[in-house]
Amino acid sequence: MTPEQIIPWSIGLPLLGAFGIWITGKSPNLRESVTLITAVIVFVMVASLFDNVSAGDRPSWVFGNMLPGLSISFVVEPLGMVFAGIASFLWIITTVYTVGYMRGHHEQNQTRFYICFAVAISSALGIAFSGNMLTLFVFYEILTISTFPLVTHSGTPEAKRAGRIYLGILIGTSIALQLLAIVWTYTLTGTLDFTPGGILEGKVAPVMVSVLLALYIFGIGKAALMPFHRWLPAAMVAPTPVSALLHAVAVVKAGVFTVLKVTVYIFGIDLLQATDAGLWIAYMAATTILLASIIAMRKDNLKARLAYSTISQLSYIILGAMMASSLGILGGAMHIVMHAFGKITLFFCAGAIMVASHKTEISQMNGLGRKMPITFICFLIASLSIIGLPPFGGVWSKWYLALAAADTGQIIFVAVLMISSLLNVAYLIPIVVRAFYNDPDPETQNDHDDQGHDAEAAHHPGDAGGANQWKIGTMREAPIACVGALAFTAMGCFVLFFYADRIQAFLLPILEGANG
Amino acid sequence: MITDHLVVLQIIIPLMAAPLCVFIRNANVTWALATVISWICLAISITLMQQVMATGEIIYELGGWAAPWGIEYRVDMLNAWVLVIVTSIGAVVTPYAKLSAEKEIDNDRLYIFYAMLLLCETGLLGITVTGDAFNLFVFLEISALSTYVLISMGKDRRGLTAAYRYLIMGTLGATFYIVGVGLLYMQTGSLNIADLGNLIPDIADNRTVQAALAFMTVGLCVKLALFPLHMWLPNAYAFAPSVVTVFLAATATKVAVYALVRVIFTIFGGVDILEAVQISDVLIAMAIVAMFAGSAVAIYQTNIKRMLAYSSLAQIGYMILGLSMNSVLGVSAGLVHLFNHAMIKGGLFMVMGCVVYRIGSAKLDDMAGLGKQMPVTMGAFVLGGLSLIGVPLTVGFVSKWALLQAALEKGWWPIAVLIVISSLMAVIYIWRVIEVVYFQAAPAGRAAVKEAPLMMMIPMLTLIGAAYYFGIDGTTTMDIAGRAAEALIGGLK
Repeated sequence: MTPEQIIPWSIGLPLLGAFGIWITGKSPNLRESVTLITAVIVFVMVASLFDNVSAGDRPSWVFGNMLPGLSISFVVEPLGMVFAGIASFLWIITTVYTVGYMRGHHEQNQTRFYICFAVAISSALGIAFSGNMLTLFVFYEILTISTFPLVTHSGTPEAKRAGRIYLGILIGTSIALQLLAIVWTYTLTGTLDFTPGGILEGKVAPVMVSVLLALYIFGIGKAALMPFHRWLPAAMVAPTPVSALLHAVAVVKAGVFTVLKVTVYIFGIDLLQATDAGLWIAYMAATTILLASIIAMRKDNLKARLAYSTISQLSYIILGAMMASSLGILGGAMHIVMHAFGKITLFFCAGAIMVASHKTEISQMNGLGRKMPITFICFLIASLSIIGLPPFGGVWSKWYLALAAADTGQIIFVAVLMISSLLNVAYLIPIVVRAFYNDPDPETQNDHDDQGHDAEAAHHPGDAGGANQWKIGTMREAPIACVGALAFTAMGCFVLFFYADRIQAFLLPILEGANG
Repeated sequence: MITDHLVVLQIIIPLMAAPLCVFIRNANVTWALATVISWICLAISITLMQQVMATGEIIYELGGWAAPWGIEYRVDMLNAWVLVIVTSIGAVVTPYAKLSAEKEIDNDRLYIFYAMLLLCETGLLGITVTGDAFNLFVFLEISALSTYVLISMGKDRRGLTAAYRYLIMGTLGATFYIVGVGLLYMQTGSLNIADLGNLIPDIADNRTVQAALAFMTVGLCVKLALFPLHMWLPNAYAFAPSVVTVFLAATATKVAVYALVRVIFTIFGGVDILEAVQISDVLIAMAIVAMFAGSAVAIYQTNIKRMLAYSSLAQIGYMILGLSMNSVLGVSAGLVHLFNHAMIKGGLFMVMGCVVYRIGSAKLDDMAGLGKQMPVTMGAFVLGGLSLIGVPLTVGFVSKWALLQAALEKGWWPIAVLIVISSLMAVIYIWRVIEVVYFQAAPAGRAAVKEAPLMMMIPMLTLIGAAYYFGIDGTTTMDIAGRAAEALIGGLK
């Protein structure tokens, strides 16, 4: 297959997979095999583009014109390559995890779940490979809509409410602000193609640059910049694999990826540098970093805490983009990778805890580390990576971001990054400490294989005896599929520490066309 | 050659078929006849479209009498476009009509229903092809009278008052229009639209001519239900038999918009009338109020047919807004939305027709839990609703894009912002339905509900599918609308 053909296939295959899942929906084993095989093939295809892109090749493919003069077209460049690689790779891991989780948790409507998941991945790849802003917008909206049934999966009134917030904010910002910005850009320049160096230089009055930029950045609601962040905590009512892959990687990273794309290929770093248009948004991002961390500290629900942590971490990337310096862009792009591995591990852990011990609140987790040592060690590793300590990947992206801040003379941002790291310590590490050092609460003794669960298991004949636990000695871990997945991504955090320079070298070409 | 007479056959064939239905009287035979006729009409209009694209404007002199004395039928890009809209809706509505009409209309009157449907289509097609201002009035009345009958045919007695209200409002509108035509005839001695377009620039300052413009505009705005002249529409759509609503929502108001375009850009095209007497400001204000009021009221409706009717009012606002921008981009945005909205709203009303067919009600509360029981129909509602909201890859997005581009090209910032905000209101009223349909359990007392019959499902999916086909590739429709708009605005410069 030529690189040009791989593009439509990698976007289309998850859709074919979704169809396969629908057909095989009656047989769970077959259905999940279809998902897994699709995920592996998609990743192999995406990965096979790596060498071409690395060699400076930019494979492209045009689907056709959607509006006169505006096409649905795709171009693979390093930034998109990285995003696509992450999303498709983690889809495999998440699928393995999901099988353990969904069965352990006895979820309903699993076929619909797997179908929507595949569509969401397809649109994330569409976003990654978009050759112009219109194409990106198309897939951006499909991603929102295809994840709605995942967020409201349980169908409870709470899920319904969360769905409203999710859709309201994401559709609202994208139509009211982003679409306006896109059409405005098109009226000014007559093109929407992603062009190295940007397309707006000389086409827009300097005072209007910051207005247009604000329309874009706030319009990209998926980047969860305050005050448009509420949808992300709301989305946590979804099953944990959704929170893990979509609301820590695919959806939110699609948001910040779009921010980077717009910064680099629509505005161009030079234009932003010359006009200082991004500065006030950088301050908004810095505020978001700190506020979200503080809110995270006050959340007792583990997933809610992680959600606010994600909001905070996403703003690192926005901050990197808005500082309009090469180092900031690089740091932001690398943070997409580093944070993806760290945060997906944390969510996997949260899900594993929920499956094995039915605990969702941090205050209930006293002494749980003794029963689930692997889970909590991985939790610790991922936390250290998020905080930004060596030898884990997270240190590099924070390093570049801090360098960028120092480089552009914004010492205050260096301080923000430092304080934020301390706040990360304050809201992540106590969870691990509590799990290992505190004595188990008396009522948490009666864990999962007690009476309560036997009654539940009676409703699901065939898995009596706790299929949702993996027991060795005194260990009561989640099913092995879950634990294996989270151990793997935790290892990823460690491996990335040694590959940061490779990622950086791969990303460097996106800065061509910029002087800074 | 028969192809030379296609223009007039477009009218004569359905006109002749209508009385034939009354002679036949057998419901099934009349249905078959109406279906065949509606497909023939579609074939003719597509052929006309191709001819116009290949050779330009077609002029047909009725009875060989030369204009401006004889009646002339004229088909250019714009007419051909509207003809295709009306006939394609007609062609999908008639197959759909059989089961729906059997359920909602007394079976011994079905033949009248098909006769009236054909007459209504005749009237709408006549308005579109004619090049004569008085002849236009005649067809306006043909379509209106048949519509009154159609609306009142349902078993719901409230349809009678709705039809009566439309009768009064519609007659007022038509009268205003004919008063305007009379004033123009007084001043110019001509009734031919193209001829009027040539004569009027010399006497444009004349008060009588301006009064004529005012009468015609107001009259047609009643027919196209522009706020605040819309009072007849919501009840008419809500209480008419479902299939009638589908046909009217997708065609009748569109044709009235077409007539208004002819008055403004052809009859008064020689003088930039939108600017000269500043009616564009009035129209824009009305359009924007319609966009917001229509959507806001739609949010609070409990009857979903009524909700969609109010949504139509808002959508008409978009069309008029585009047209009153008085630029090629704006007019083409308005014209492309004629087509796009016909598909979306036709499809959505067909969904409601299927719902009424199965559960006998269009009330939101009664629709609870239908998502599981009628998955295809409700899936079509979601897809149609997304198109109404204007999500990318749907025709609604194409329209919105065109409209936004037109507003920003003029530098009309506040208007662009209002467009996006009002389009977000559609999210609220569509999602309200989706939540009830998918998240609420079916009411306890309701018997098991089956999926809609295939014969209704296929036309419904055809329209919804078209709303996506022309959304993924919007170039054809935008190109046609753009060429029509250029011809209209070009006549003005």
